[in-house]
Amino acid sequence: MSLVTGSTADSAATGPTKPSKAPVGPMRGSTRGPDRGRRLGRHNLHGWLFSTPFLVLFGVFMLLPIVATLLMSFTDFGARDVTRPFEAEFVGFDNYTRLFDDDVFRTALFNTGYFVVVGVPLTVVLGLLVAVLLNNGIDRARTFFRVGFYAPVVTTIVAVAVVWRFVLDPSDGLVAGLASELGLTAPDFLGSETWAMPSLIAMAVWRNLGTVMVLFIAGLQAIPTEVREAARLDGAGAWQELRRVTVPLLRPTMLYATVITSIGYLNVFEEPFVMTQGGPSNSTMTVSLDMYQEGFNFFHMGYASAMAYVLFVVIMGITVLQLRLLKDNTS
Amino acid sequence: MTAPTATAPTRRPGRVRGPLLYTVASLGLLVMAAPFLWMALSAFKTKKDLAASPPVWIPSHWTLANFRDLLDQLDMARYFMNSLIVAVLVTVCNLLFCSMLGYALAKLQFTGRSKVFGIVLAALMVPGNLLVLPLYVLMTKLNLIDTYAGLVLPFAAGAFGVFLMRQFMQSIPDELLEAARIDGAGEWYIFWRIVLPLVKPALATLTIFTFLGSWNNFVWPLIATNDPGKYTLPVALATFANDPNRTVGGGNGMLMAGSLLVVLPVLLVFAVLQRHFTQGIATAGLK
Repeated sequence: MSLVTGSTADSAATGPTKPSKAPVGPMRGSTRGPDRGRRLGRHNLHGWLFSTPFLVLFGVFMLLPIVATLLMSFTDFGARDVTRPFEAEFVGFDNYTRLFDDDVFRTALFNTGYFVVVGVPLTVVLGLLVAVLLNNGIDRARTFFRVGFYAPVVTTIVAVAVVWRFVLDPSDGLVAGLASELGLTAPDFLGSETWAMPSLIAMAVWRNLGTVMVLFIAGLQAIPTEVREAARLDGAGAWQELRRVTVPLLRPTMLYATVITSIGYLNVFEEPFVMTQGGPSNSTMTVSLDMYQEGFNFFHMGYASAMAYVLFVVIMGITVLQLRLLKDNTS
Repeated sequence: MTAPTATAPTRRPGRVRGPLLYTVASLGLLVMAAPFLWMALSAFKTKKDLAASPPVWIPSHWTLANFRDLLDQLDMARYFMNSLIVAVLVTVCNLLFCSMLGYALAKLQFTGRSKVFGIVLAALMVPGNLLVLPLYVLMTKLNLIDTYAGLVLPFAAGAFGVFLMRQFMQSIPDELLEAARIDGAGEWYIFWRIVLPLVKPALATLTIFTFLGSWNNFVWPLIATNDPGKYTLPVALATFANDPNRTVGGGNGMLMAGSLLVVLPVLLVFAVLQRHFTQGIATAGLK
């Protein structure tokens, strides 16, 4: 094994070379002593020994499956192949071409897009407003409010989805009760093709707002108070301050919040699985749920693998697009 | 903070805006808490109250029947133990493996370190959907379906944990470790006796995140178990919720009671340890 020169070791020591996540501060520029190189021999062995458990688990339970999914997506992998994986037949791009004629998959793609397009802006904007409210407007009982808004994030999604099913029940649910007190009739939220998806989105926003809020609070606290003071001295009102000072300075946080929320919503699974099973008439079928049903209910695993890769490519594409769009806006 | 300086025009919440903001925040909090309150109250309702239309908030007659029926009909103790065993094993594995790699990445200069760190960053971004289908095949081949090993192994070392531990361990002064090395301490001794005790807060944060992540996990336990005896709590709850044979009135009360039993420990742990959550997010910048 060749010894690494001091400078290469330095670049490894100074942290992420890829674009780092927003709140991670700059870590470059630390200079290292000249004795680094001499210690390298001893550290090589231990460095790899300490890395081994993670790398083995990563190789077996991540790297291998990622490659296997790709290979499976070019086969007719079915129920019998689960016990004899190497006997699945190669079918080329058949699974992928079939996907485009599959009405359920097209509906699932559309629904997932709907979920993201409506859900992400709602989550990010509401999360921002709550963060500003709790950070700048509330001085007492801050922790109490924060804990309250963050609580849905940490709770078991299945249990929460079960509860929402009853909150939205048309005859004896909470929302129906509130509506009837106002003299309105609530629709059968989860039983209606029009309302089922908005209901799932409402639940997702309720659940994920806390994550975004915490990110924004961390971002807000990184803004120097002098900047706000200056804006106020110049006569900016609360709304102007939010629009002209806070939001522009929070742009990196906003980018990060948008990207992780989008990725989460593109993968949405538990909400439709527990609350609607994709119904009524596929109106809440999402790509992840479609993949699960094709893979584990019907054992069309080759076909489901193709779905997984299409979803992956879509997610990558959207993430790259968001990074680019929002970055351009900053400059 | 609240008192404005003499010359600056006041934009701080004044006598009028202060109460208004508190009202808005409290209303928002009420909306956030409503489903939890609804769940907690409904768990103690009779069948009659549950089916009441328009719905009633407060049970007219408090009852424990829902909990009794739930424990009679579902083996909740077993699901609870399954969830607990899996979560403990996942947490212990993560604490060990993530801090080991975190230490190597933060404090050991070795050839290929930047590549290993690149792998960790890449692992952060791998979507679960790309993994589950072949993982199911792999676990079937290894005869690990319906075993604790099958539920634990795919989550035994998370990239998030490595990232978190590395961030914390970087702040330990090199001189300290160097002094120990001069005194003849081996790397394992340094890691175990010096580094780990210094990063206890990070270990606490990682414990909470990993434990709750495992406790709340649904997709993989759903796939990796067929035998109800190995169901975790969320899988058992979802199976029961989607069971068409579930009796209408009483079944709903049981579901509320079940949800309460699944969520309550999480909420309590969170309420007590909430500082670690926000710290963990702020430190690693990740959920």
